[in-house]
Amino acid sequence: MDEKDVELLSIVEEQGRLSEDQLAKMIALPADEVTKRLRCLEKDNVILGYSALVDWSKTEKAEPVTAAIDVKVTPTRGRGFDEVAERIYRYHEVKALYLMSGTYDLSVVIEGESMSEIARFVSEKLSTLESVISTTTHFQLKRYKHDGFIFVDEDDQDPRMVVSP
Amino acid sequence: MKTANTTHQPKLSQAVNSIEPSGIRRFFDLAASMDNIISLGVGEPDYSTPWNVREASIHSLERGLTAYTANAGLPELRKSISRYLLERFQLEYDAGNEVVVTVGASEGIDLALRSIVDPGDEVLVVEPCFVSYAPLVSLAGGTPVSVPTSIEADFMVEPDLLAEKVTDKTKAVMLSFPNNPTGAVMDNETMQRVAEVCIDHDLIVISDEIYAELSYDCDHQSVPILPGMHERTILISGFSKSFAMTGWRIGYVCAPPIYTEAMLKIHQYGMMCASTMAQYAALEALENGKDVMEEMIISYRQRRNYFVESLKESGLECHTPGGAFYAFPSIKKTGLTSAEFAEKLLIEERVAVVPGSVFGEGGEGHVRCSYAASMAQLEEATERIGRFVAKYLSGDVESR
Ligand SMILES: Cc1ncc(COP(=O)(O)O)c(C=O)c1O
Repeated sequence: MDEKDVELLSIVEEQGRLSEDQLAKMIALPADEVTKRLRCLEKDNVILGYSALVDWSKTEKAEPVTAAIDVKVTPTRGRGFDEVAERIYRYHEVKALYLMSGTYDLSVVIEGESMSEIARFVSEKLSTLESVISTTTHFQLKRYKHDGFIFVDEDDQDPRMVVSP
Repeated sequence: MKTANTTHQPKLSQAVNSIEPSGIRRFFDLAASMDNIISLGVGEPDYSTPWNVREASIHSLERGLTAYTANAGLPELRKSISRYLLERFQLEYDAGNEVVVTVGASEGIDLALRSIVDPGDEVLVVEPCFVSYAPLVSLAGGTPVSVPTSIEADFMVEPDLLAEKVTDKTKAVMLSFPNNPTGAVMDNETMQRVAEVCIDHDLIVISDEIYAELSYDCDHQSVPILPGMHERTILISGFSKSFAMTGWRIGYVCAPPIYTEAMLKIHQYGMMCASTMAQYAALEALENGKDVMEEMIISYRQRRNYFVESLKESGLECHTPGGAFYAFPSIKKTGLTSAEFAEKLLIEERVAVVPGSVFGEGGEGHVRCSYAASMAQLEEATERIGRFVAKYLSGDVESR
């Protein structure tokens, strides 16, 4: 891992769809070298995947319901929070899971088709885990910004004059 | 009461009659009349001003800070500029009497020239350069004398040529590196030799370093830092490019007190002070905007690398621009003049670039392309330029 790898990662983290040829020119390396580096970073799980950020509210498809659930748990001897975390993140519905400092332990982000589906998940799957002490569910009402992208339609016309000194 | 037979005879000054409107203007009118163009003709960042800077300015308005400031600018802003120049470029300017906050670098250039030029004085203008230098020399009553640079010397000033242009009327030299439109930077050795010429002939140097931060391959070396140069240099800079603040109209000049006091006289009567809300914004930019600036610099560098390589692949010769956000490829082998190239490219491929000829001597044969555009735009633009160039190289065009 060298400076070029770090630069490559910082670029693809924000612009995952640039071609390897574009990336190569941007960081001044031969294209096959960039390909090699990317494959290595993928193999080593430094790059875990590539995805698109979709604003489902603009589509025909019903927008998924998202909730953040604050979970208090009892850590297990020897494995701390990892054991219960693993039991939670393996669920397909769980989009994100973080261990937090502060008044609760785990923050679970879950996505479902409806509120009742999420409620069912919390009552049937999450709360019933032995080490879970309590849960507090917060439903997301509106997505303003996610992963660095603003989801509200702003006037994105270039305000600059077409030609200037 | 209206009297019928009074007629007004327009009377413009000779000075204003002697200068032409900027050549960019005509090209702007043409480009602005067309839809769906990809513009590489823009001389400003593609970012909005960082939010914390905008927010600080809004906050200053909420607090009611809407009065005039000191002529030279808010004391805390001048202190901040002085600290910043020391930290970033090792320059020593006293916030008390060596810094004047101006309405953009543009006003700074005007102040510098008007405070030193007498009728008959010659000012050497290193070209190609920003379009305002020569006209402002003329408006100040002086005579601009072009010192051309060329792609053969990577658009750096050639010290011997500079010396050749000096006459007993020469009073000053206008330099600007990193350069608009060439993107050129000066290497330390050449800069040193240029400094020696200026010292030998006891010239004043007006150094427009507005692109100093946007220097991609090495640290920017500021002109006044060279031995013997501080006392003779008027340093022009500002916030437009590095902090993406073009519309705020805020910049500054730094110089020894003899020069700042002279410039302050003109500024005091002609401008009073720079806009107060812009001054609060500038203060926030210097105090808390540097991280965002660094991110913009990294992104410009990556786009520079991408764009220049792609231009070369499209068949154009291009030196590697070390700074600013412009590439200045040679279009000579297409057989077109730079104005023809820009016009045909605009009409045939809907890509706007600026003819090099508008930037003075040495600009003909080149076009200025700004890479302050998105990667997608740059990709599409270079593809179109490639197609265009191929067409003219193969002679596969209707006879003109
Ligand atoms: C070399 C140079 N100097 C000065 C300016 C004007 O800067 P400001 O917006 O601070 O007046 C520009 C803007 O294009 C420039 O390219």
